[in-house]
Amino acid sequence: MRDILAILEQNARATPKEISEMTGHTPEDVRETIAKAERDKTIVKYKTIVNWDHLGEQEVLAVVELRVTPQRDMGFDGIAKRIARFPEVRSLHLMSGSYDLSVMLAGKTMQEVASFVAIKLAVLEEVQGTTTHFLLKRFKEDGVILDGEDVAKRLPLTP
Amino acid sequence: MSNKQEPEQKKSPLSQRVKDLSPSGIRKFFDIISTMDDVVSLGVGEPDFVTPWRIREAAIYSLEKGYTMYTSNFGLLELRQGISKYLNERYDLSYDPDNQVLVTVGVSQALDLAMRAILDPGDEVIIPEPTYVSYIPCVSLSGGIPVTVPTHMENSFRVQPADIEARITPRTKAILMGYPNNPTGAVMPRHEMEQIADIARRHDLMVVSDEIYERLVYGVEHVCFASLPGMAERTIHVGGFSKSYAMTGWRIGYACSSPEVIEAIMKVHQYTMMCAPIQGQMAAIEALRSGDGPVEEMREEYNRRRHLMVTGLNRLGLSCLEPQGAFYTFPSIKALDMSSDEFAERLLMEERVAIVPGSAFGPSGEGHIRCCYAVSTEEIEEALDRMGRFVGNVKGGR
Repeated sequence: MRDILAILEQNARATPKEISEMTGHTPEDVRETIAKAERDKTIVKYKTIVNWDHLGEQEVLAVVELRVTPQRDMGFDGIAKRIARFPEVRSLHLMSGSYDLSVMLAGKTMQEVASFVAIKLAVLEEVQGTTTHFLLKRFKEDGVILDGEDVAKRLPLTP
Repeated sequence: MSNKQEPEQKKSPLSQRVKDLSPSGIRKFFDIISTMDDVVSLGVGEPDFVTPWRIREAAIYSLEKGYTMYTSNFGLLELRQGISKYLNERYDLSYDPDNQVLVTVGVSQALDLAMRAILDPGDEVIIPEPTYVSYIPCVSLSGGIPVTVPTHMENSFRVQPADIEARITPRTKAILMGYPNNPTGAVMPRHEMEQIADIARRHDLMVVSDEIYERLVYGVEHVCFASLPGMAERTIHVGGFSKSYAMTGWRIGYACSSPEVIEAIMKVHQYTMMCAPIQGQMAAIEALRSGDGPVEEMREEYNRRRHLMVTGLNRLGLSCLEPQGAFYTFPSIKALDMSSDEFAERLLMEERVAIVPGSAFGPSGEGHIRCCYAVSTEEIEEALDRMGRFVGNVKGGR
């Protein structure tokens, strides 16, 4: 299972046949393992890392630090689930340290993101305060360096 | 009137010893490839990973700090201590970093030094074949006589102890072992290594053991020759950082043996090389500090590609054993009725795939080709597609 998932994590398009040849499991076993992992949500989703900058499309991203009052019986879960439902929220994590929730927001303009913070997040009863940081440049995404420099080439033939 | 006369025949500028060396079996292909683009090369002999960043970063830092000077002839003490500790933890060897470890410019130099230190003219060195391309020249250049022992696919290219013993003469000085093996990927199991150790003991032979691929074994144990009972004192253990840590261009290897042998090796080294480059040594110190993580990650990746390559080659009818070590497959092309050299040249010209003909590794490599799987899975698949087309054409009589 681990070996199959490790390959998919690097390349979601690897076919069961390819994975079978790389691991020695039969293609049927590979297919079954993947299906099971998809069912039990071990595989959460297949996605592509796109560098939108190449299309000249400007997406505005911001990280918002939220200081939040935890709720009785629920801690941070209730408020977190509420915030997570907004499609504008790209990712959401509970953090240790000087704030509680880290919210990654995406929008078309800075205005749009700012107004979402003002109208939707800051006004929530549990939210004590927000600090918004706009993202200026993406260098690395999900372990991949974007626009990494060309890799030096090996000699084509060596003993 | 001058009494000088033109000599009838001009002296050759070259030594007979160098003229006698065979030309490299891959040079010709290298020249052809450099005129082509769109070549998928399985002819490489090094990792396709770049040295892990933390190692590169440490070397950059050492430059910034101004480490640009010579080191001790033996190499940086901290590195020798690191190597000694590594070999102790991994193989229970106890080499004194002060006088039993010498840092070299890659394993290549370690082998050269070892041969120069132990061979007198006419001494024979037994070398399993197919053999890494530099073993035979290394012995010849030191005045020794290489005596090859063919190995065969039927024995998974493991050298048979009896075959070694059959070639021992009063002039035999050493056995040169290279396992995990380039080009065959063979790994020697413990019981056969023990038999070879026994032969070395009975005939009082040195063993030079090139273990540069020690970390790249798949599902089997790597037996370090020097760790066998009684072998530490008669073995020159040769290893390095190139393959385990993807550090080929840094050129850092080492030789470990008895104080007497290392002293002799150091004597040659100090007059011919002084020391290995300090940046490489600094990087190697960091490599040892970085532990098993990066090595294991790369090994797992090679293992996936190994399966892909072996399955693919067998599917094409190029019968291929599952190699247990290094990153090479050594399939048979005997079904195709052509020499490995012709196969290599035609495959390159017709389908733009580079491999190394088995004959480059000695006569017993004939009938095989070396395909390296330290290339991306996409390249392996593309190469296999092209090779499939080529094999089809050859079988179809084209």
